[in-house]
Amino acid sequence: MTSLTAICAAFVTGLLLLIIGYIAIRGFSSINFQFLTDTPKPVGEGGGIGNSILGSAMMTLLAAVIGLPVGIAAGVYLAEYGRNWYGNTIRFVADTLIGIPSIIIGIFIYTLVVLPMGRQSGLAGGLALAVIMIPIVARTTEEMIKLVPSSMREGALALGAPQWRVSWNIVLPAAASGIATGAMLAIARVTGETAPLLFTALNSRFYNYYLDQPMSSLTVQIFNYATGPFEVEHAMAWAATLILVGTILIINVLVRTVTKRRY
Amino acid sequence: MENKIRVSNLNFFYGKAQALYDISLEVPEREVIAFIGPSGCGKSTFLRTLNRMNDTIPIARVAGDVIIDGENIYAPGTDVVALRRKVGMVFQKSNPFPKSIFENVAYGIRINGIHTSKTDLNERVEKALHDAALWNEVKDRLNTSAFGLSGGQQQRLCIARALAVQPEVILMDEPASALDPIATQKIEELVVELKRDYTIVIVTHNMHQASRVSDRTAFFMLGKLIEYNKTEKMFQNPDDRMTEDYITGRFG
Ligand SMILES: Nc1ncnc2c1ncn2[C@@H]1O[C@H](COP(=O)(O)OP(=O)(O)OP(=O)(O)O)[C@@H](O)[C@H]1O
Ligand SMILES: [Mg+2]
Repeated sequence: MTSLTAICAAFVTGLLLLIIGYIAIRGFSSINFQFLTDTPKPVGEGGGIGNSILGSAMMTLLAAVIGLPVGIAAGVYLAEYGRNWYGNTIRFVADTLIGIPSIIIGIFIYTLVVLPMGRQSGLAGGLALAVIMIPIVARTTEEMIKLVPSSMREGALALGAPQWRVSWNIVLPAAASGIATGAMLAIARVTGETAPLLFTALNSRFYNYYLDQPMSSLTVQIFNYATGPFEVEHAMAWAATLILVGTILIINVLVRTVTKRRY
Repeated sequence: MENKIRVSNLNFFYGKAQALYDISLEVPEREVIAFIGPSGCGKSTFLRTLNRMNDTIPIARVAGDVIIDGENIYAPGTDVVALRRKVGMVFQKSNPFPKSIFENVAYGIRINGIHTSKTDLNERVEKALHDAALWNEVKDRLNTSAFGLSGGQQQRLCIARALAVQPEVILMDEPASALDPIATQKIEELVVELKRDYTIVIVTHNMHQASRVSDRTAFFMLGKLIEYNKTEKMFQNPDDRMTEDYITGRFG
């Protein structure tokens, strides 16, 4: 039994290495400074993914700025006060949201934000990513907080600390590394989202610094390059994929190093 | 003079299971009361009813009165936060915060806004650590994690933390269970010294400790208060046969 599970584990690891290795081989040769900074050009004239990198960064940042505080606060609520029908409802909704295909969230934001605004925008893209993030962050935060031993809370309560201070200065710091891990993984997760951005942020061929304009993203740009008819486009798709996978990998490694316990 | 703590007809339930039966007792101010009794008899449960720490257990239910300084702490509208500030607690299992040694002791001082200045805060932390017989061992590493301390040191840190907020009553649940004889002796000396300012309730499995530090002793069994008497009387000539059997170790 142990050997069987070991084989499965090796298989999964092997598969992951294979995927990363293949992407690296296909993508590496096309990566250079120009590719990383240029905007897309007509086929044959080079071009790059600079604006897509910026767009992805901006929308992910927007998603994090909205999604992390809301998600963490919701998670704290669920863990500390959520033992009632209200908490159970929120938990159920969050779990359902996590299970919904992200394209549905794209359509949702499309109806709610894009149609009233009259155009796709980085704002809509960021909001869609935030909606994806919130339930994930809320549930991981809740789980991490529940891991904090109740004896620690009692210790603070016994000193005359009101409940909210116990949550804020004892429980949250004790759960911080776990919450940070969950947050980073949620960020990594939305960085890789394509479908919700197709409807909401669309794409752009230019550097765009304004959130109310359509915005390019790595994933949508990869989709465009990969579905194009030309071999040079495919090569650029591989290169952009390598950048994306590399970023997600770096985020994951960062999570591991940063969250080493301080106390 | 009115007694500091008056408990009357206290019954306690964990869900459907009754853990305390009809307990009544009074604790005079500035005395040390020892709770003794076999494991599982409800000593911790009873102790935790005195600062409403059992409120944190959803299934817990309490009936009866606990009156501290003339006020029923289970009356509706009671300020539980203020109550716990007044009735401090050292837990059976040490539970330091995931903070530095200094911050562990400073926490209660800060949240209650007791200190007047940074220097005052430092002095209060130092005094509390002195009182808990820990200062000499930690004075050079106040900013390191409390989790780096040994079990017994962590227990003394928790005592220091409780002392730092200057409660009026201190509940101690086997504060010396993880300590060596020397540290235990220091804690016992501390308890005797604290008696000048505080009312202390201490749970212990150590009969000698109970007889050394306490003025009165309460003997519990199976959730019932069997006997509550002056400690000398209790250990020399108890009223109840069961008490005598337990104290002399003739208990099956
Ligand atoms: N959180 C809880 N939920 C349900 N039952 C509990 C809980 N805590 C304690 N009990 C039960 O209540 C009874 C009294 O427990 P308590 O911890 O008060 O005993 P104790 O006298 O402190 O024992 P010890 O000397 O071992 O610490 C026991 O039967 C125990 O199983
Ligand atoms: Mg106990």
